[in-house]
Amino acid sequence: MKKRNVIICALLYLAAILAIVVLEKFLPPTHIALAVLKKGCIYSLVAVSMNLLNGFTGLFSLGQAGFMLIGAYTYAVLTIPVAERDSVYMYFDGGIIQFSVPVFVGLLAAGLLAALLAWLIGLPVLRLKSDYLAIATLGFAEIIRAFFQWDELGVITNGSNMLRKYPTFTTTLFPFLVCSACIAVIVLLIHSSYGRAFHAIRDDEIAAEAMGINLAKHKRLSFCISSFFAGVGGGLLAMYQTSIQAMTFKSAMTYEILLIVVIGGLGSVTGSCIASFLFIASSEWWLRFLDTEMTIGNFKVPLLRAGFRKVVFSIIIMVIVLFARKGIMGDHEFSIDGICSFFKNLGKKKEVKS
Amino acid sequence: MSTNVLRVEDVTMQFGGVVAVDNLSLEVNEGEIVALIGPNGAGKTTAFNCITGVYEPTNGRVSFYGKELVESYPHGKMKKTYIGENAGRYTKRLVQTPDKITKEGIARTFQNIRLFSSMTVFENVLIAKHMRAKQNFLTATFRLNHAEEKRMREETMELLKMQHLDHLKDEIAGSLPYGIQRRLEIARALATNPKLLLLDEPAAGMNPQETLELAEFIRQIRDEYKLTIFIIEHHMDLVMQISDRLYVLDFGKLLAQGTPEEIQNDQRVIDAYLGVSEDA
Repeated sequence: MKKRNVIICALLYLAAILAIVVLEKFLPPTHIALAVLKKGCIYSLVAVSMNLLNGFTGLFSLGQAGFMLIGAYTYAVLTIPVAERDSVYMYFDGGIIQFSVPVFVGLLAAGLLAALLAWLIGLPVLRLKSDYLAIATLGFAEIIRAFFQWDELGVITNGSNMLRKYPTFTTTLFPFLVCSACIAVIVLLIHSSYGRAFHAIRDDEIAAEAMGINLAKHKRLSFCISSFFAGVGGGLLAMYQTSIQAMTFKSAMTYEILLIVVIGGLGSVTGSCIASFLFIASSEWWLRFLDTEMTIGNFKVPLLRAGFRKVVFSIIIMVIVLFARKGIMGDHEFSIDGICSFFKNLGKKKEVKS
Repeated sequence: MSTNVLRVEDVTMQFGGVVAVDNLSLEVNEGEIVALIGPNGAGKTTAFNCITGVYEPTNGRVSFYGKELVESYPHGKMKKTYIGENAGRYTKRLVQTPDKITKEGIARTFQNIRLFSSMTVFENVLIAKHMRAKQNFLTATFRLNHAEEKRMREETMELLKMQHLDHLKDEIAGSLPYGIQRRLEIARALATNPKLLLLDEPAAGMNPQETLELAEFIRQIRDEYKLTIFIIEHHMDLVMQISDRLYVLDFGKLLAQGTPEEIQNDQRVIDAYLGVSEDA
């Protein structure tokens, strides 16, 4: 990367931090824009981690919600303060875990446990290809969800009751910094020798193997790293929601993330980030008005009622799938050079016209 | 007598009731160019796949510089349905994935070109350096392997220069003309530092002029990189011109072997290729 681009990137990053600080200062803390930013950051991380697997390695996995659940639970279980445990685990005599760890240790443990489980599941599951892998991972995610709701495990997971009172974040800066750091690591990995190997596996498995790339090892690596960051994302989501329940990590969540990845473009990190902010903003904020009845003067606007938002959303998705199959970014990245050349070309075109 | 590089012993590959390769034994010695020819569907590519670990042979053994690479015997369901020969000779199972075999020093190209089509020419060759690099995913991610990475890139650039592909290094591999894609595939195979190169129909789809150039090119890389080359080919001009010895395969069985002259005058080979008239 050119030196100029590094400087511009750093400046943009600082500008983003500054913008967040300013927004927090002037908007009321409950404003929807801040919630969108927080959730958008977390979904970006999870979407990029899914893209690493689906877009860059070509493994079509649908287990993301399961790994997020493991991450969220690991974080929550490990960080609830000892003093609060009695009230949280009220049906299980305060649970059996009587210690708590700092936030960052909790997040790290969330990622590591998700990665460990991914490794175990990967042993049988990664022998499968395409749709079969998707079905197997989807099934696994559902099993995990049921497992965490099991009463017998209540002393650890609190059964089907909520986990709450663990440390959360109040500032938007926290998820932003953690998620951008994680995404930066993923980007570094993608551009390393291992990233190239993943890419080769996506392009042609047989040729990759003939080039000396150990398929099993590299697929497992990609699966574990993707799950690690999904686990961290799950932990952050738990912090964002302030209370979690296994019930909410349904397969619908995986589909949401898959949607973000597809809209952003398979194989594009920046695409996934842009798409997740767009997705969260429109589903939580911009399209909200579709759900409430509205009357202008005496005229009652037709169709607007609870649930209509989802109809519009589905139509948008269909339009994207039909007309922009490669998503917003295709497999390109949003780059400073790209923008520069875009503006240069724009200038040239204008010159020609005049 | 030069050293033996590749030894294939009694290799049989049976799919269900079909014996694709039937009791094939052959040898390739150091520095030789050996060709494997035969009509369509004779089992040539299957034989290659058994050597490179894509398939586990039903029976037989493959060794490389005296070291065993692959060995198998009919087991499981095959025990009952095996119809090949030498069923009791081998008692060990040694199966290796293709990447291990590449690491041992056998590189191959494919009949239908298999480049990483969305990657650049440079990256295509660079991939081959991955397996021998001293690194793990953490050192690679956090750029602690920059010396290794630099070495990989330099070696790749050097190879591209030697193969006169350096001016195309930033082109997307899938958008290159067919002939160049073929050459790139060979360059990529060379980048794995092989001792033995297996070429699967390198001249497929080439015109006579290109075929002639290819013949020259194959000889040249053998001398430059001190390779042994084992080649499957249909173009008889090419085969007769460059190979030291030939093996002829028909319906999975070894039909004949010898020098180009011997093969050209072998009645069985002529019959296999041209067919025998019914009332002869």
